[in-house]
Amino acid sequence: MLPDLDQIVFIKAMNVVLISLLTLGVIGAVAAMILFVVAKKFHVFEDPRIDEVEAALPAANCGGCGFPGCRGFADACVKSDELGDLFCPVGGNDTMAKVAAILGKTAVVQAQKVAVVRCDGTCEHRPRLNEYDGVKHCFIAHNLYSGETNCSWGCLGFGDCEISCEFDAIKVNPETMIPEVDDAKCTACGACVRACPKLLIELRKKGPKGKRIYVGCRNEDKGHITKKACDVGCIGCAKCFKVCPHEAITVANSLAFINDDICKLCRKCVEVCPTNAIKEINFPPRKPKVEPVAETIEA
Amino acid sequence: MKTFRIGGIHPAENKFSAGQQIKTAALPKQAVIPLAHYIGTPSEAVVKRGDLVKVGQLIGQANGFISANVHSSVSGKVSKIDVQLDASGYKRPAVFIEVDGDDWLETIDRSRDIKRECALSKEEIIEKIKSAGIVGLGGATFPAHVKLMPPPGKKAGVLIINAVECESYLTCDHQLMMEHGEEILIGVTILMKALQVERAIIGVENNKKDAIHHLKKLAANLKGIEVEALKVRYPQGGEKQLIDALIRRQVPSGKIPVEVGAVVQNVATTYAIYEAVQKNKPMIDRVMTITGKDAPNPGNYRVRLGTYLSSVVEEAGGVPAGTGKIVGGGPMMGRSLMNLNIPMAKGSSGVVFLRDEESIRKPVQNCIRCTKCVTVCPMGLEPYLLMAQSERNMWPEMEADRVMDCIECGSCSYTCPSNRPLLDYIRFGKSTVGGIIRSRTAK
Repeated sequence: MLPDLDQIVFIKAMNVVLISLLTLGVIGAVAAMILFVVAKKFHVFEDPRIDEVEAALPAANCGGCGFPGCRGFADACVKSDELGDLFCPVGGNDTMAKVAAILGKTAVVQAQKVAVVRCDGTCEHRPRLNEYDGVKHCFIAHNLYSGETNCSWGCLGFGDCEISCEFDAIKVNPETMIPEVDDAKCTACGACVRACPKLLIELRKKGPKGKRIYVGCRNEDKGHITKKACDVGCIGCAKCFKVCPHEAITVANSLAFINDDICKLCRKCVEVCPTNAIKEINFPPRKPKVEPVAETIEA
Repeated sequence: MKTFRIGGIHPAENKFSAGQQIKTAALPKQAVIPLAHYIGTPSEAVVKRGDLVKVGQLIGQANGFISANVHSSVSGKVSKIDVQLDASGYKRPAVFIEVDGDDWLETIDRSRDIKRECALSKEEIIEKIKSAGIVGLGGATFPAHVKLMPPPGKKAGVLIINAVECESYLTCDHQLMMEHGEEILIGVTILMKALQVERAIIGVENNKKDAIHHLKKLAANLKGIEVEALKVRYPQGGEKQLIDALIRRQVPSGKIPVEVGAVVQNVATTYAIYEAVQKNKPMIDRVMTITGKDAPNPGNYRVRLGTYLSSVVEEAGGVPAGTGKIVGGGPMMGRSLMNLNIPMAKGSSGVVFLRDEESIRKPVQNCIRCTKCVTVCPMGLEPYLLMAQSERNMWPEMEADRVMDCIECGSCSYTCPSNRPLLDYIRFGKSTVGGIIRSRTAK
């Protein structure tokens, strides 16, 4: 008995489906074989610990460690014999301890750092003498001239540091036109240090409870020139150098510098500074200043 | 009429001070003589506080090959050597002199007679130019003697005198040619002798027809000196543009003009060289233009170096009301000044007062890809691309796209219909790439 028309149509349709399935299947199998062979032949061994280390890192990809992103840093950690100088400023000592545990190496404990802006030339301390009308970027203004004030070393205030910061930690205060660092957010990645054309930003030790003392000025002009330009500039009088009991202060080119490795935060220099160029941060408010001032005059 | 072949613009000429006689500005009470120029290492002070100096006495010794001597432009007592804000926008070392009388060195010939004969040899001429501290007065202040000593194996075939003055407003070179044409031509013959060339071309733009006529008449009986009228076009005063316009040769990228057999000197430099060689007068003064649309008396002034611009401006009638910006130099290549307490330096060719409404930048809009900047760039660069690369810190790409060839003429920013700050970004990229190249070659 001949099959009816419906059956013939059904069988033919099934044939088409089968043939196409088989063809595709064979192509797939051959391709899989090729890929398998190639993968075996050209296999690159990658240390699985790189992935582990990368997972332990903060994934900020900020470049603060000096490597291209967190994976670059993880790679360097795995490949180097000692962790030594390798340090993730964002993760800090906790992260480095984790990394050291994964790799079985020892991490060097480093003091936590924070960015400080070494200029306090706000509008009231440092009058604006001309108006800059060009592109509002520090690097372009710096390329043209010394700035809107009479101080050719101080902050330009256009906020290249703010743009460079990936953690929202540094902001130019619109009233003072000077950038301010948020201690809690700053990871000391150093992006702002590289962004500032005037080299005003420095990474310094965060200090106990965030207490720190630094010279808030970078002006290397002679004292009388600095004083004319800005009320709070360092005039290089070396009073702080003389009063410091720990020899933490050096004065060169009419500019004092406090070495944060030696500084014991005694605040003697802050008291003697005639221009208030030395800044103290996160200290409890002082008791009334009358007595100590009288003492220093007698001495 | 000849002109350069690529790019160029034609800004409004505004030469208000044309035809004004050169006036001699009053002696300053205090002269502040900068020891640094735009280009080259600052010279070293050879006087100290309390020293008495005469006009023309050496006070700064050249420091290195690309550096120039500095001489006292006044007589008096050195009060201090300190830093002073200058036209570069930065504080740089300068010698402060309290002026007392006007006592010149005896060796300087102050008579007004023109001394035509020059019996000096090639080496003696160059030595005189060098010791007189002559620098290029067109604006870049490149020491003049360096150009006269081509590197070994290179020989100049033609001397080109840049009397183009393509900047708007400025007229100091124009007036100098009108009043001291004869001296300038003697200066040209001296330079020809120093370079041992047979041919010199003086290129003048055609908006100074009287000067062209005057110089042509004077040069008629001098062998080898041609005066060529050029089509008015900015930046024709650029060294490479002028060579292209006059002798149709293009200076290869990164090379100096002597590579194509040409040496270019500015016309005011030529006059200074005449004074130095024939009259023993070192570089102690120059002619500058004080002008502006509202300036009370736009004019040309002979000013001693070290005079504060404020006192010269005062003499010229003061700063007009409604001035928004004061530019030192021409409006295209000059820099706006922070204030007028800036001493006159060798490169100060003028002070231009711009009105308030002219001086404010218009709001920046997006690039519309019109390629006007590419059309006007006299160096054949792509300014829109260089700006984009500079914004993204793409330094290797910028170097490959020849940012170092940029002459910073500002034609791109001038022509941009979207008011984009092209030159600001390119200049930043150029200085960064220049730093990278220097650190690479230093290794």
